[in-house]
Amino acid sequence: MSETTGGGAARRRPRATGLGYVLRKVLGSVLTLLFVAVFNFFLFQILPGDPAKAFAPKGRNSDPEALAALRRQYGSGLSLWEKFTRYVDRMVHLDFGVSYTQHAEVTKVIGERLWPTVLLSGTALLLAAGIGVWIGARSGWRHGSRFDRSSSSIAVTAYSMPEWWLGLILIFAFASPGGLDIFPLTGMRDSRSTLPEWLDVAWHMVLPVASLAVVYIAEYSLIMRSSILDERYSEYLTVARAKGLRDDVVLRRHALPNALLPSVTLFLMSVGFIVSGAITVETIFSWPGLGLLTSEALRGPDVPLLQGVFIVFSAGVILMNLVADLVYPLLDPRVRRS
Amino acid sequence: MTTVAWTRRRFAVSAFWRSFRADREGLIGLISLLVIAVIALAAPLLASATELSPTKATGPVLAAPSLEYPFGTDDSGRSVLLLVIWGSRVSLLVGLAATLISMVIGTVVGVAAGHFGGAGGFLTRFAGGTLNRLTEWFLVIPYLPLAIALMVVAIRYNLPLVLAVIIVIGITSWPSTARLVRAQTLAIEGRPYIERAKVLGAGHWHQMTRHVLPNVMPLVLANTTLTVSIAILAETTLSFLGLGSGDSISWGTIISSARNHVAMSNGQWWWFLFPGIAVVVVVRAFNMCGRALERILDPRLKERS
Amino acid sequence: MALLEIRDLSIAYRVAGGSLPAVRGVSLTVEAGEVVGVAGESGCGKSTVAGAVLRLLPTGTSVIGSVLLNGQDVLTMPWGKLRAVRWSDASIVFQGAMSGLNPVRRIGDQIAEPMLVHATVATRRALDSRVSELLEQVGVPAWRARSYPHELSGGQRQRVMIAMALACSPQLIIADEPTTALDVMVQAQVLALLKSLVAERGVGMLLISHDLSVLSNVCDRVAVMYAGRVVEEGPAAQLFGDARHPYAQALAAAFPVIGDPTSRRAPRGLPGDPPDPTDLPSGCPFHPRCPARVDVCTVDDVRLRTVSPVRSAACVHVPAASEVAS
Repeated sequence: MSETTGGGAARRRPRATGLGYVLRKVLGSVLTLLFVAVFNFFLFQILPGDPAKAFAPKGRNSDPEALAALRRQYGSGLSLWEKFTRYVDRMVHLDFGVSYTQHAEVTKVIGERLWPTVLLSGTALLLAAGIGVWIGARSGWRHGSRFDRSSSSIAVTAYSMPEWWLGLILIFAFASPGGLDIFPLTGMRDSRSTLPEWLDVAWHMVLPVASLAVVYIAEYSLIMRSSILDERYSEYLTVARAKGLRDDVVLRRHALPNALLPSVTLFLMSVGFIVSGAITVETIFSWPGLGLLTSEALRGPDVPLLQGVFIVFSAGVILMNLVADLVYPLLDPRVRRS
Repeated sequence: MTTVAWTRRRFAVSAFWRSFRADREGLIGLISLLVIAVIALAAPLLASATELSPTKATGPVLAAPSLEYPFGTDDSGRSVLLLVIWGSRVSLLVGLAATLISMVIGTVVGVAAGHFGGAGGFLTRFAGGTLNRLTEWFLVIPYLPLAIALMVVAIRYNLPLVLAVIIVIGITSWPSTARLVRAQTLAIEGRPYIERAKVLGAGHWHQMTRHVLPNVMPLVLANTTLTVSIAILAETTLSFLGLGSGDSISWGTIISSARNHVAMSNGQWWWFLFPGIAVVVVVRAFNMCGRALERILDPRLKERS
Repeated sequence: MALLEIRDLSIAYRVAGGSLPAVRGVSLTVEAGEVVGVAGESGCGKSTVAGAVLRLLPTGTSVIGSVLLNGQDVLTMPWGKLRAVRWSDASIVFQGAMSGLNPVRRIGDQIAEPMLVHATVATRRALDSRVSELLEQVGVPAWRARSYPHELSGGQRQRVMIAMALACSPQLIIADEPTTALDVMVQAQVLALLKSLVAERGVGMLLISHDLSVLSNVCDRVAVMYAGRVVEEGPAAQLFGDARHPYAQALAAAFPVIGDPTSRRAPRGLPGDPPDPTDLPSGCPFHPRCPARVDVCTVDDVRLRTVSPVRSAACVHVPAASEVAS
């Protein structure tokens, strides 16, 4: 019996593979980035910040002519349109100006601080994704069991915690004389340490990563649990059991790949949380990353630096969204072109 | 609205209440919230101005918890217990008010984007599409940097800080509600009775308020509780970073003072532990209600019979 | 020895607030090479019976009675034995059109999976050729093994479900609503396929459907279920032509007979709804809807009574020569 239509299923989804799709998504991301850049400009226009004061502290160098020259360099006194065109011009050359407080080019400053943030947040994210998926899947699969009830309860509690508060508690418990004083209090490295560098960094990373990871694990496990609960009663799982598969195989091979689909999207969309976590936790632990940079830039306020950090964070989120859009078709064959 | 519609709505509400009552997590959450609300409202009766003033307080400085001071005292001799009780007012006020703003903006934008984006002439679809794209763009901007920037502005221009925090949190959280509402609006608009209403001559306004809105509200309600918890966490975080309610006492400012005085390293654990526990308890209570609402509204999560 | 023998099966689901009795004492037999149909409205318990044969009901469900597959009681088998029996002795074809197939795995992998579990095929090449063979047998082009479920039409997906059910050459196939949600032409094709399978391979089939036209086409014997019990049972032709239980009569009359113009113009329906399993009517559960109701029906429940050596019906109007021993 021949079937006339090869395509089959009634619902038609827009094609989601091929160069056309990738280009469309990349273009969309670029447009979003442009919007953010424009928004960035206008946002920081209302931010007060006199570069002269930051560069010429405490009366020294208060030569009025020099101050005036500085101000001109930073664009005070120009009209809004002139400022905007200058901004666009610089943006194209990836020039974010010079930081008031750091006394160096913003691009350079951000470049130095980028890796520590990626290292810290990235490690916490990966750890959280792995552990969170495992807990959530087991929890949802055995809905109503003691494991499920206790892990969900703990997760909701952890999810209700500010991650920086957890950091304070960890500091008290593990990095202060009041508790076990085994972990370092601040920073990424200790120049006096005799450990190899990577180990030293890892040791410094334990508490900050723990503060972030606990809250992320809670969130991810709840997301995963919910996805598994949605899949649990699907007929193909009964078929899998009827084939004689063991229960854990049914979970791993059938339920999990389907439940991961909505979860992956949600994971990647929670990047906004990660940014705020990075800012607060780095501040607490004086971890030399972009988050700490943001807090430091608040003094002043150091407008060029804040602008630069703002764009970088937004670009990070846009990038993660783009990754989500590009990765999802790889995981879900239903949205690919047949 | 006709009496038939009213009776139907009343039935729906009482059925809804019955389901909520049966959900243990939701019930515990709701009761906790009521208790907290009572404490917050009764705060002026429990703590006098002198006890809360940093200069006039009379307790021992940085004392560990005792019978007289169950939560210990801070560096000015104030009872941390009273500080926490008083701080609940700002945290709850900001949380609820900011959520109100966020919900209103988010629902309006979401319904409009969904309604106008789905079908109709070019202009309406363009309007809807623009709203949708605007929502997506704002979603991309990470909330904390934006909130920080706006609060810095507010502080420098001497705006009333509590109001500023409310507005700032409100305008950083509307996009996620808008997206949710838009998706729900599109789903509702796909239903046949909307078609019928249109054919019968219902205009945009009528469709949106009489048909879409009542069906969207349950979802918005569930989302509201979760937004409140996010708003309270945001207020606490902003206060902790020194950008919050300024001189008002809130849980974030208490912990901020503790940190500034290096309480963690000095062993004064009560100073930052108890305010934080208060945050966790309140946020968790809202989360519990939110989860209960989601369970009631999402039939897939119910046990199959 | 019968291929499948269900004896006095009673099943109650565990739900919030107590238990829900879905099946209340059902007995059925399926011989090799025979197609037995189970008819009834939604909620009468027929799918539950199907699920019980391979112990696929949710944990906590109370299952009493025995289900003998080749003489061995499935309900008391140890887990390992049960998993070995599943699919290789008896397999199930679900209403696969929608969600019986895993959406993110290829068809070929899903057909091959039970063969790997039961180690029926040794090499990769043998596996692939067996998958192609199965697909061709059900009329799906072999190259479709690389496709995903959403790329196939509903009819093709149903046939893939059948191919999958045949993978380990089972002796019994349970088909639970295999043609629902398919359009009529495709339905006819699938039924023809099922009939040929039984004829060629001598498998036994338990065919469950609410659609009598489907059952009358394919089945040798039919059991009609109502409110968790079998209310009439017998050879298909006799049952449809001359039903004894009022419910079976109503079912048979509810759809028009081709060639009889009068029945087409006035199809007889049945008023009312199936009863709530937790709140069954007193006496015979069918009495509220029964056109042949008499007073005693509201008081006394009726069990299956012999109509002939091959037929039985549970109605007070059948002379109570002997009740069918269960």
